[in-house]
Amino acid sequence: MNVTGSAKSTTPVAYILRLLSLLIIDGFLVWFGYRQALLGNYTLVVLLAIVGMFISAVFLFNRAYPLRWMAPGLALMIMFSVYPNFLTIYVGFTNYGDGHLLTKEQSIIQIEKARYLPEGGSAYTWTAFKSDAGEYALWLLDETGIGYLAFEGQPITQVQPGEMGVGELDSKGIPQSITGYQRLNALLAVADPNLGEIKFGADENIVQIQSPSRAAAYEQKYVYDPEQDAMIDQETGKIYFQVDGTFRTVDGKVIIPGYQAYIGIQNFKDFIVSPALRGPLVRIIVWNFIFPLLSVFLQFSLGLGIALLYNDPKFPGKRLVRSLLLIPYTIPSLITILIWRGMLNPEVGVINRMLSSLFGANPAWFADPWLAKFALIVVNLWLGYPYYMLVCSGALQSIPSEIYGAAKVDGTNIWQSFRFITLPLLLVSVGPLLLASYIYNFNNFNLIYLFLQGGPPISGAATRAGHTDIMISYVYNLAFEGGRGQNFGLAAAVTLLIFLVVIGISLIQFRYTRMWEEVSENV
Amino acid sequence: MSDPKTSSSANSLFTSLKFQRRAGIVIRWIIAVILIIFAVFPVLWIISAAFNPSSSLATQHLIPENASLANFRTLFNSDVFPFPLWMWNSIKVTSISTILALFVTTIAAFAFSRFRFSGRQNLMKIMLLFQVFPSLLSIVAIFYLINQVGDVIPFFGLDTHAGLILVYLGGAMSINIWLLKGFFDTIPRDIDESAMVDGATHWQIFTRLLFPLMRPMLVVVAILSFIGTFGDFILARILLRSTESYTLMVGLQIYTAGMFSQKWGVFAAGALLGALPIMIVYLVLQDQIIGGLTQGAVKG
Repeated sequence: MNVTGSAKSTTPVAYILRLLSLLIIDGFLVWFGYRQALLGNYTLVVLLAIVGMFISAVFLFNRAYPLRWMAPGLALMIMFSVYPNFLTIYVGFTNYGDGHLLTKEQSIIQIEKARYLPEGGSAYTWTAFKSDAGEYALWLLDETGIGYLAFEGQPITQVQPGEMGVGELDSKGIPQSITGYQRLNALLAVADPNLGEIKFGADENIVQIQSPSRAAAYEQKYVYDPEQDAMIDQETGKIYFQVDGTFRTVDGKVIIPGYQAYIGIQNFKDFIVSPALRGPLVRIIVWNFIFPLLSVFLQFSLGLGIALLYNDPKFPGKRLVRSLLLIPYTIPSLITILIWRGMLNPEVGVINRMLSSLFGANPAWFADPWLAKFALIVVNLWLGYPYYMLVCSGALQSIPSEIYGAAKVDGTNIWQSFRFITLPLLLVSVGPLLLASYIYNFNNFNLIYLFLQGGPPISGAATRAGHTDIMISYVYNLAFEGGRGQNFGLAAAVTLLIFLVVIGISLIQFRYTRMWEEVSENV
Repeated sequence: MSDPKTSSSANSLFTSLKFQRRAGIVIRWIIAVILIIFAVFPVLWIISAAFNPSSSLATQHLIPENASLANFRTLFNSDVFPFPLWMWNSIKVTSISTILALFVTTIAAFAFSRFRFSGRQNLMKIMLLFQVFPSLLSIVAIFYLINQVGDVIPFFGLDTHAGLILVYLGGAMSINIWLLKGFFDTIPRDIDESAMVDGATHWQIFTRLLFPLMRPMLVVVAILSFIGTFGDFILARILLRSTESYTLMVGLQIYTAGMFSQKWGVFAAGALLGALPIMIVYLVLQDQIIGGLTQGAVKG
């Protein structure tokens, strides 16, 4: 096949078709990017621009012909796999979370919707009507004597007698009847507990009763001033300057909602400075290193042991034993974890029923931190050993048997030949998988979360944290279990710590396995 | 003291190779039985619970008295927990993302395997690097991203299957391209060179020649990625919000949260139906799947 992989001479029809499809794709991206820019989602706009340029280049230049085959795959990967990594870094330095969910643009729109009741604003005299169903209507007369009809949640409209069921007006300009409503006399109206609370009208134009004789229109409370980058309170004249994603006055008053903003290393400072955050986090990190270490060591040992015992071709029923021992591996892990949770249930689970009838023991698997950790390791052993059983029996078969023959001549015993021949040779091929498995278990969210949701809880923690939590489940708690408010920024900051650990282990893995050199040779 | 003659004959009996071998097999079988009990007990227990008519954890025995299908009936008739719908959602989302991912990655892998262009090695390496960070780690960012996308195009937003499929697709690219490129490399280039001489285009070589040759390997990759996606919990959990849109794994977890012991039997029936198809696929295709696994993938 041609080595450069450039396109063959293209027909004009094919060329026009290509341009047309590029036009459609780019047109879509521009429209989508524009709408996102209006919402203030600038990180996404940058991503779309990059993807758009990439696709355009690939379509336009014939040199990029091979990339045309990869464009859909690479575009998907950039948008939904690579970009989220960078976005995590960005979010780690923002205050994104409860109270700061909106972009600045969205939050300004939201804040400018707030209304207040001015002392001297446009005022009306009012008369109340009430329906049998308990709904209220308000007849408003402005200073020039024009009548308006107002309902809760509907726009206030100027109404002539005869329209909308409004009857003839009396001498004061008040309708004598409105169909379906009874007129309340002034005394009843003033005594009514609900009436003063109701906001009549809708959208920008809202009227509320202020006094027995007066109803007033609401006015916009905050106006955004782009020059000062501040909100100005129309009622008090106070200026709210923006500080770290919140509009606040000099004396510390804030407007809700705030918006997403870059806040520097505040998230990192938070868990270093605050003892209530740091205490649990340190414990979680320590356990996060121990848990995968113990898990992988035990899984590997048991898997290897089984492989050594049953790798003998003469062993009767070898295939049956392997199939049965493989079973834990064949069930979606979520299901088996939930099954184990049911079996270990201290009150009614089968394991405690057996233990108490045999030994009279009733261990509190879910309440005691150490027992919970022990149970997790056992469950993870059950989940993970079949993988090593498979991998090790494959690797053992590739060790040439002559080596053992030579060792036997030299008089080594079984242990020595295992320790000095089998294990080192095995680790050459299985070692990288052990590291990959360590990383996998380092982030084994499913097991930790589904088994006990990280519990039992650590008392005195500032956010939800448990004795068996690892960092990724702690991140999940911070971000999505809104017991004390969702804090995406802090969650992303903790994720960055995980990134560092994963990068560190991966570097060892790449070095140890010379994967990089191998990749260079193979591709 | 015992008779020296018998003692020496006993010694020779113990040391005889045949006896050692037999004893070895017996001991290994005893160990095997213990291990098998450890491996299989939870599965037997869940099967028994599924057929046990009293749906409580406390009253369950290994061999259920009056075995019945009561739990399965409850499962299919519950209004609060629409189990058949969850199963359907799972199959739908998993099938669509597996097929799309396979289609897109096979084309890309073909290009990586057959074309030579500058930057090819670096591109492969960069893809491998990003594989170090699985989607699981970016849950916050993925939530944020899909939320923003949904502001403009609700069809791909939070609580939609389309959004979830996009995220699955993004995560499947790198590993599948690597795996499939390896498979393409095993097919000799002479085949496509001779077709090239006959005037075939790249696309014809891909669809008529290589794709049929790749079919068995594609089936293995499809099964592996189907199993992986079917078992995903966390991405579906954060992106899907309403009971009707849950996948089976999210549904089962929600179902068991709270009052677990009371719902044990019905959960067991659901778990059994969810696990059985995959268990059968695994046991039947053991050898092929193990071949794919030893390429270095860890079960997800």
